[in-house]
Amino acid sequence: MALAALAWSAYAFAVGAGDAAPGFALPAADGETVSLERLRGKVVYVDFWASWCGPCRRSFPWMNEMKARYGGNGLAIVAVNVDKKRADAARFLSQTPAEFTIVYDEQGATPAAYAVKGMPSSYLVDASGRIVAVEQGFRDEDRAAVEGRIRTTLGLQ
Amino acid sequence: MDGRSLACALVSLLLAGCASFNPPQPWEKGDLAKPQMQFDHDPLAAKATEHVYTSKEGSSGGFGVGGGGCGCN
Repeated sequence: MALAALAWSAYAFAVGAGDAAPGFALPAADGETVSLERLRGKVVYVDFWASWCGPCRRSFPWMNEMKARYGGNGLAIVAVNVDKKRADAARFLSQTPAEFTIVYDEQGATPAAYAVKGMPSSYLVDASGRIVAVEQGFRDEDRAAVEGRIRTTLGLQ
Repeated sequence: MDGRSLACALVSLLLAGCASFNPPQPWEKGDLAKPQMQFDHDPLAAKATEHVYTSKEGSSGGFGVGGGGCGCN
């Protein structure tokens, strides 16, 4: 019974639009710690990805594009890798270069805190640290809508 | 404690083990995503096989039952 309640609570505490984005401080490849708190004041696109996730491969060029287009307007992109082995992520990144921040969470504490329901999942966090929108999966037909939300959150339209 | 209640206790203890089973979370499915974990060797070939099988064995249902009775499958 207690276990069932515990399993249920994971759903009950699912993070959605309007909620405060759960904080994290995760290591990047160079050993530097990237924390969400320190990015307060910027619009942050938090993406959860893994080397074994097919759509993630297609999302990277798009995120590079977003970074290039809106990085100067205060957009930060933090992609949280959830691979168990860092080498898998490295292989993925050698084939699919990323121009944005990559952090690593082998333990999976961050996706658990965000109650990620599918891979990839991304969370658009505004300057005050509140989640504006949650995106599950990466679909080519949603690119424009997600970009539009990024623009609105940045105050560009 | 007689044999029956002992067996009962053992079985309930055994079943309690099932309660602790947690399915993998979406971010923990790396091993399940490996090619060797798939049923089919080649998704495209599997699709073709399924298509041929369905058209050949359609009268007996093929791969499951399709359609709403219009006979257009």
